Amino acid sequence: MRAELKNFQHEQYYFRLRLGFSAFVVIVLFSLLAVRFFYLQIKQHDHYQTLAENNRISLVPIVPNRGLIIDKNGVVLAHNFFVYTLEITPSKIINLESTIAELRKLVEISALDLKRYNKLREESRNFESVPIRTHLNDFEAAKFAVNHYQFPGVEIKSRLFRHYPLGKLGSHVVGYLGRINDKDLAGLEKSESLSNYKGSDHVGKSGIEQFYEPYLHGTTGFQQVEIDADGRAVRVLSSTLPVPGNNIILSIDSKMQEIAETAFGEHRGALVAIDPKTGAVLAYVSQPTFDPNLFVDGIDVENWKALNDSLDKPLINRPIRGIYPPGSTFKPFVAMAGLENGKRLPPFSIQDSGYFTLANSTHRYRDWKPSGHGMVDMQRAITISCDTFFYGLALELGIEKLTDFVRHFGFGGKSGIDMQGEIGGLLPTPEWKMRRYKQPWYQGETVITGIGQGYTLVTPMQLAQATAILANDGVAMKPRLVTQIQQAISGKTQLIAAEVQDKIVLNPENIAIVRRGMMDVTLPGGTAASVGANAAYAIAAKTGTAQVIGIKQNEKYNASSINERHRDHALFIAYAPADNPKIALAVIVENGGHGGSAGGPIARKVMDYYLLGKLPEANATPLDLKAEPSGAIGASVIGGAATKPGAIPEEELHD
Amino acid sequence: MINKLFQHLAKHIDSFLMTCLLFTLLIGLFVLYSASGQNYSRLFGQFINIIVALSFMWAAANIAPNQLERVALPLYVFGVLLLICVALFGSVSHGARRWLSLGFTQIQPSEIMRIAMPMMLAWYFSKREGKPAMADFAVGGLLLLVPVALIMKQPDLGTAILISASGFYILFLAGLSWKFLVGGVIAFAASTPILWSMLHDYQRRRIEILLDPTQDPLGAGYHTIQAIIAVGSGGIAGKGWLKGTQAQLDFLPERSTDFIFAVFGEEFGLLGNLLLLLLFSLIIMRGLVIASQAPSTFSRLLAGSITLTFFTYGFVNMGMVSGILPVVGVPLPLISYGGTSMVMLCIGFGILMSIQTHKKLVAT
Repeated sequence: MRAELKNFQHEQYYFRLRLGFSAFVVIVLFSLLAVRFFYLQIKQHDHYQTLAENNRISLVPIVPNRGLIIDKNGVVLAHNFFVYTLEITPSKIINLESTIAELRKLVEISALDLKRYNKLREESRNFESVPIRTHLNDFEAAKFAVNHYQFPGVEIKSRLFRHYPLGKLGSHVVGYLGRINDKDLAGLEKSESLSNYKGSDHVGKSGIEQFYEPYLHGTTGFQQVEIDADGRAVRVLSSTLPVPGNNIILSIDSKMQEIAETAFGEHRGALVAIDPKTGAVLAYVSQPTFDPNLFVDGIDVENWKALNDSLDKPLINRPIRGIYPPGSTFKPFVAMAGLENGKRLPPFSIQDSGYFTLANSTHRYRDWKPSGHGMVDMQRAITISCDTFFYGLALELGIEKLTDFVRHFGFGGKSGIDMQGEIGGLLPTPEWKMRRYKQPWYQGETVITGIGQGYTLVTPMQLAQATAILANDGVAMKPRLVTQIQQAISGKTQLIAAEVQDKIVLNPENIAIVRRGMMDVTLPGGTAASVGANAAYAIAAKTGTAQVIGIKQNEKYNASSINERHRDHALFIAYAPADNPKIALAVIVENGGHGGSAGGPIARKVMDYYLLGKLPEANATPLDLKAEPSGAIGASVIGGAATKPGAIPEEELHD
Repeated sequence: MINKLFQHLAKHIDSFLMTCLLFTLLIGLFVLYSASGQNYSRLFGQFINIIVALSFMWAAANIAPNQLERVALPLYVFGVLLLICVALFGSVSHGARRWLSLGFTQIQPSEIMRIAMPMMLAWYFSKREGKPAMADFAVGGLLLLVPVALIMKQPDLGTAILISASGFYILFLAGLSWKFLVGGVIAFAASTPILWSMLHDYQRRRIEILLDPTQDPLGAGYHTIQAIIAVGSGGIAGKGWLKGTQAQLDFLPERSTDFIFAVFGEEFGLLGNLLLLLLFSLIIMRGLVIASQAPSTFSRLLAGSITLTFFTYGFVNMGMVSGILPVVGVPLPLISYGGTSMVMLCIGFGILMSIQTHKKLVAT
């Protein structure tokens, strides 16, 4: 019993020792926890506080409504509308393929939709919802909504889509919206407006949409939203409303635009009409056009190929990016150069026997009329487009004086129109030639520059602007497509004032000589007499023809189409009424032949409408401007000459 | 009259332990209300769990330790048999075979082992009076390993760890030699590289993620990362009851069960955490005192094991939520939602009280 007791005491002592050790371990480990809590909750508190806030609060951008693009009469050229989209958030989907297969039983999803979805998915982050179908109709939306519960991670959303109600009409003016790509992102970052594009998928890619992007886009609003772990908004903490983009009001009259485009028929070409007193662009045609609606939702490969590979080059913005030799339309400006330099002042005249030769050469520079025009003074030289007269004048002026002078009319430089991508054309000088070809300038090259041939290249925009400057007695107004910027909410408009770009000091008598010469062009005996027939106003004009310089032919085109593509470009410039010009324009019809017969009628229709409100006879029925676009792009391949006639690389074109 | 009844009912209740327990349980109800998204039915369910558990505690407190000693062996055998039944025809849920279907309800035999295991080992060593020999520890180890292996196989790592711990504490308190303990630790450390090399890549990956959850932030590591954010963002005084953003906005997974401590830490901050640590420490210290004063080998081994197992529960859970221990499925005792765990825990405390209160009766 005693031993047992002793044994018990000994055992208890031993047990208590172990118990004490355990208590020690308990204290140590609990202290460790306390230290850990101290570390997390005091030392690292700010860090975890931030993480918790980041978890909790999400900044949701509210994309502003993009401004409208409206023509001068209030016809809407670009607007937005809500479209139901079916969207999938990849991170919330377990098996994408089976989900899509199930969705297909409810809503039609084409191979194209799928392709676009996959492309967009690569571009977007995993937790962003990506549309797999757009433009769901009410029935489809309702059908999905009923079955929504079967599709976690799939939602119906409504997104704003850009729409161009007039379709192909004036598409080069309006331009189009496209998805923001890496290049756009870089540009936005550079202009420090990237943060304003959070939530925006699209950006203007061409035309007004591109140039006036900062006005059209508006200011993105933000909502501070408390979200739960699934990313669902629980409540809105604060919000800053977006400021919708401004409406852009154009100086273009879409009816006139349609008349001009229609007048081109099947021809390729360009037309720019300007109000010479204000610089407002009244019509801006680039034929053929395209349907900008194709680009909004991401253009598909087939349509893109059709547009991009078409020999008609519908995507080229011809008025500012098409370059052509000016041909005889250059002559009024050469004439001004001569007169202002004291050359060929009345009553000076020449005896034209049909050709011109340089002093110590036998090479004949031929007039277009082999027999010659007989006695020709400055005014008549313009009217009948006498080449011989201008050969001599150019030579006597010299290339420097000639180019220096016509440069004031905007040749060889950008017009400054509110559109991106303008090309400056080319006014050749001996220095340029030396730089470009390592060759000296030859006198013969000066001679042919006098009739707008040789190296000289102009854009339709330049030609129209030069004509407007001439019509406005040497005062150059800055050309622009936009006249007003209108705030979307208040409706307040900001007028864009006409801006004088340059004033060329010209002798009114000299201007009068050139004007009379140009007026006679549209009268019997002139090169475009038919254009002026029965006109209720006097038209000052000049015709031109530019040779299409050889271009390598693709062998698969047939002979007749090659011929068509090889025809001369027809050029025509005019302003009217000649005594009080309200409109100045330049027309280029590619491979159209003679300027008077191909370009003249187009110009006449436009001027008749603008000055008299007269609709072309073929179009006597009122134009339905609200008509929906036909959609399909006429991709008929006709033949193979490029718009760009010369072999001069673009970087030489003062681009 | 009523006073007398109360005295009679409270005869075997340790008032200090009871006060700490009730206080902790009350805190638990508040946290659960917040963690469940202010779900009254959950709160009520837990309230019922507590009532049932306290009833079991009262019952256990009224059973004399020597009565318990008698049922130790049968209970253990019964538990092991049930575990074998589970392995043979248990029902599978969430990828684990843990339950036995009795037709009207399901039982989880591993829970029975939580009490049966320490009782069995305490009984075994109480029968080996005097200094236990090495062989006794070998037998004890075997008695421990069989059910633990069965539970590991279910698999239920959390329960296996806790039952191993409860058994190990008996072995330790019964006087398992230090040499063996230290030797075991060294042997384990030495064999780690060999064991590591024997593992498959995916197994290594699992262990790596278990040890460092940030390697898999959206998968296995998500729980821990969100829990640490919750605790850390709580700061000194916490975000306030019902105001924890991590908890209320669903960022915390399993927040009324295994991760309820993250809710607590977020809403009550460091001060709350220290208060909880203090309460746990008081309960543990009281348990250790009861153990040290216990009259018989069986009762003191059992009391020590129950107390240290409770500590293990709390430490492992808080450690895993605060990111210093790997995530194993161990609830926070007295706080986490759950009936079975609460009942088993309270039976343990009941036994502690029984040991404490019956000792006095023996002494007189």
